[in-house]
Amino acid sequence: MRRTIALLAAFMGSTTIVAGCGVDDLSTTSATLTYWVAPMTSSLEQDEAVLEPILDEFTATTGIEVDVEVVPWSTLWDRIMAAVSSGRGPDVLTIGKAWTASLQATGALLPFTDDVMDEIGGADRFVPVTLRSVGVSGEPPAAVPLYTTAYALFYNTTLFEAAGIAAPPDTWQEFVDDAKRLTIDTDGDGEPDQWGVSIVGGSGITATHQAFILGRQHGGSLFDRDGNPQFDSSAQVAAVRQYVSLIATEHVVAPGNAEYTSALDAIDQFVAGGAAMFFGQSIHQSVLADMGFADYAVAPLPVLDPLPAGGRDTRTFVGGANLAVFANTDHRDAALALVEFLTSPDVQADWTAETATLPVVTAAYDEDDLDDAARVFATILRDHAEPMPQVPEHAQMEILVGGAITDLMARAATGPVTEDDIRAALSEADARLTATR
Amino acid sequence: MADRSFTARRSHRFTGVRGGARRWLPYALIGPALVVELVVHVVPMALGIWFSLTGLDRSTIGDWTGAPFVGLRNLRTGLDPAGPIGAELWATLARTAIFAIIVVTVSWSIGVVVAWLMASEFRGRSALRVLFLVPFAVPGFVAAIGWSFMFSRDYGAVNQLLVDGLGAVSDRPFWLIGDNAFWVVAVVWIWNVWPFAYLMSSAAMSAIPSDVHDASALDGAARWRQFWSISLPLIWPVNAVVILVMSLWAFNEFGVAYVLFGPRPPESATFVANLVHGHSFTDAAFGVGAAMNLLVAGLLLIGVLTYVRIARRCGWCSSWRCRCWAPVPREGRRA
Repeated sequence: MRRTIALLAAFMGSTTIVAGCGVDDLSTTSATLTYWVAPMTSSLEQDEAVLEPILDEFTATTGIEVDVEVVPWSTLWDRIMAAVSSGRGPDVLTIGKAWTASLQATGALLPFTDDVMDEIGGADRFVPVTLRSVGVSGEPPAAVPLYTTAYALFYNTTLFEAAGIAAPPDTWQEFVDDAKRLTIDTDGDGEPDQWGVSIVGGSGITATHQAFILGRQHGGSLFDRDGNPQFDSSAQVAAVRQYVSLIATEHVVAPGNAEYTSALDAIDQFVAGGAAMFFGQSIHQSVLADMGFADYAVAPLPVLDPLPAGGRDTRTFVGGANLAVFANTDHRDAALALVEFLTSPDVQADWTAETATLPVVTAAYDEDDLDDAARVFATILRDHAEPMPQVPEHAQMEILVGGAITDLMARAATGPVTEDDIRAALSEADARLTATR
Repeated sequence: MADRSFTARRSHRFTGVRGGARRWLPYALIGPALVVELVVHVVPMALGIWFSLTGLDRSTIGDWTGAPFVGLRNLRTGLDPAGPIGAELWATLARTAIFAIIVVTVSWSIGVVVAWLMASEFRGRSALRVLFLVPFAVPGFVAAIGWSFMFSRDYGAVNQLLVDGLGAVSDRPFWLIGDNAFWVVAVVWIWNVWPFAYLMSSAAMSAIPSDVHDASALDGAARWRQFWSISLPLIWPVNAVVILVMSLWAFNEFGVAYVLFGPRPPESATFVANLVHGHSFTDAAFGVGAAMNLLVAGLLLIGVLTYVRIARRCGWCSSWRCRCWAPVPREGRRA
C-alpha cells in the first residue's frame, strides 16, 4: 500500500508540474480590471500619481476596481506580443497609434464595431483626425484614441531676440537661414557651441516621423494605396536628404546629436542654451516645465515653399496613443465602461492638461481653458496633421527606415553622405520589408 | 544468521508480489525530471523546428497552432545569401564569429594571466581578488548603462581620456554609432566575462600540487617557463570547458547590444541573437526567425562537437602544445 502511495505521489509530482504551467490567473474571475498604461510623463511614479485620482473616481462611480501597471514604452511592444501569443493579457491597454494596425492583424483586440462604439457614447464624439489612426481603413477600429500629440517647432525666444529674428520661421528656407544665424561660436574657440537646431539624430522613430512629414511635403508616401512599401521613391529620398542635410551640409546641428536617442537629450541641449530650436511634441512642454524652463514658444514646423507637385502642407503626424480592449477579456462590459470613462470630456481635459497632451474628444476643447501653446497645437492638429500610414508592417517600417536614417545620420556626422547613399539605404530597407511579406 | 534472515526477508519484500510496482518505481522517481526535461528542452526545440516550417506571423500568433505550413519558404527567405534577409544573416553570422573569437581570446587571456599572477602571495591579494569579481557581480544591465555614459561622444569619460587627456586623437570619435559600436560591445563583454575565466583558472591552478613547481624550479625553470610549461598544460582540461562556455556565451550575445542600443543596434553591433529577435519580435516574422535560429543552432552544434573531439584528445595528453590538433597516426593513438 505504502508503495502504491509513493508511486502515486511521484506521478502526482510530475502532473502538478505540468498543471502548474497551465494554471490560470484566478484574479480574472473577480471584478478587477487589469490596465496596462504607457507612460505619458517623464517618470513612472509621476504617471501613477496622475492616474490614481482619475481611476479612484472611476471606482467610486462604477464599483469596478482597476489594477494599473505602467509599462515603459521600450518594453511595451514585447509585453503585448507575449500577451497576444499566450492569450493572457490585460483587459484594457494603451497602445501606440503606430502599432494599432499591426495588433489589429493579430485579432487580439476587440473590434470597435458601430454597436460597440454606441456603447461607449458614439464615434462622433472624437476629433475626426484622431479616428484615422485606429486601424486599417475599411475595418472596424481596433482601438479608440486616448490622447494625441503633435509636432511643433520649439524655439528659444531670448536667443531669437538676441539674433534679431522677430518671428519664428514658416518655410523650410527661412528655417535653415534662421538656424544658420543662430549657430554661433560664443566662446571663440573656433567651434560653434550654440547650434541652430537640436535633433534626436539617433532615434529611428523620430527619424521615421520626419521622413513621413517631409515626405508628404514632397508629395511622397511611405506606403502606396495597397500598403506596399515605397521607401525609396524620389520624394522619400528627397525628404530624408533634407532631414540629414541639417547635419551633413547645412551644419546647423551639432554632430554629437547623431548619437542622441532620447528626446530628453535634445531638450537638455535646448534648455542649456546649446541649441535655439528643436522639433518637439506637445508632451515635451511638461518636461520643460519640470526643468523650470519657460523661455520658449512654439510654432508649426516649417514647410517647403513652394510645395513640390503633389506636396501637402503637412507639419505633423497624429501622435499619441490609442486605448484598446483585449478581445478575450472576461470583463467586456467593465472594460468598455473604463474606455468610455477615460474618453469622457472632463477626464480628457484634466488628464491631458496634466500631461501636456491633447484631448481626443471635441467637447474637451470647449471645456478646457487652453493656454497659448495648446491653442497652437490645436490649430496644427486641425489644419496640418496627417496620421501615419495604417499598415500592419508599421513597427517593422520604423525599425528598417528608422535604422537606415540613423545610420545615415551617423555617417553624416563624420563624413559626406550622397544622394545615392540615401537611395541605396532606403532601397535596402524597402527590399527587406518586401522579402518578409 | 540473524542478519542473513533479515536480508532474506528484505529481499523477499522487494521481489515479492509487487514486482510490477518495483519495475515502475524508478520511472516514477525520474518522472518529474523527465517531464521538466521535456517541457524545458525537448518541446521548445520541437516547436522551434515546427515554427521554422510555418508562416507564423502577427496574424496567426494569437492562435499559433493554426499557422499555415509553408515548407522550406522561411529557410529560403532567411538563409538565401542572394536575398536581402539572407544576405544580412550571413553578414551577421560572420560578424558574430569574429566578435566571439576576439572577445573570447582577449577575456580568456586576461583571466588566465591574472589568475597566474595572483597565485603567489603578496600584500593586498584578497582585496584585489574581491575587486576582480566586481564586474561579474554587477548586473549586466546596470553595467551596460554605465558604459553607455562613458562612451558618449561629447561628455563620456573615454573621449575625455583619449582626446582631452592623452591627445591620442584630435577629432572626438563616435563610439555608440557607426562602426565603433562593435568595439564598445566587445569592451563591455570582455569587462563582464573575464572574471569568469580568472575564477575558473584560479581554482584549477590552486589544485596543482606545489611540488611540481618546486621540482621545476630546481631544474632551473624561470617563472615564465613554469607558466608556459606547467601551469597552462595542467589547467588545460578546465580551460577547455571554460573556452567552450565562453564561446557559446559570446556567440549568443544579445543583452549588451540590446541595452546599449535598443531593438535596432547599429549594423556593426548587430549580432545573430539581435537579428533573430528583431525578425521574430519586431517584425513578427516568427517563422523566419525560427529558421535562422535553426541554422545557428546547427552551426553551434557542429562547432561544439568538433571542439569537444579535439579538446578530449588534448585533454588526454595534457598539453596544448602536443600534436593533438593534427590527426593522430594510428599507432600513436591512445585508448
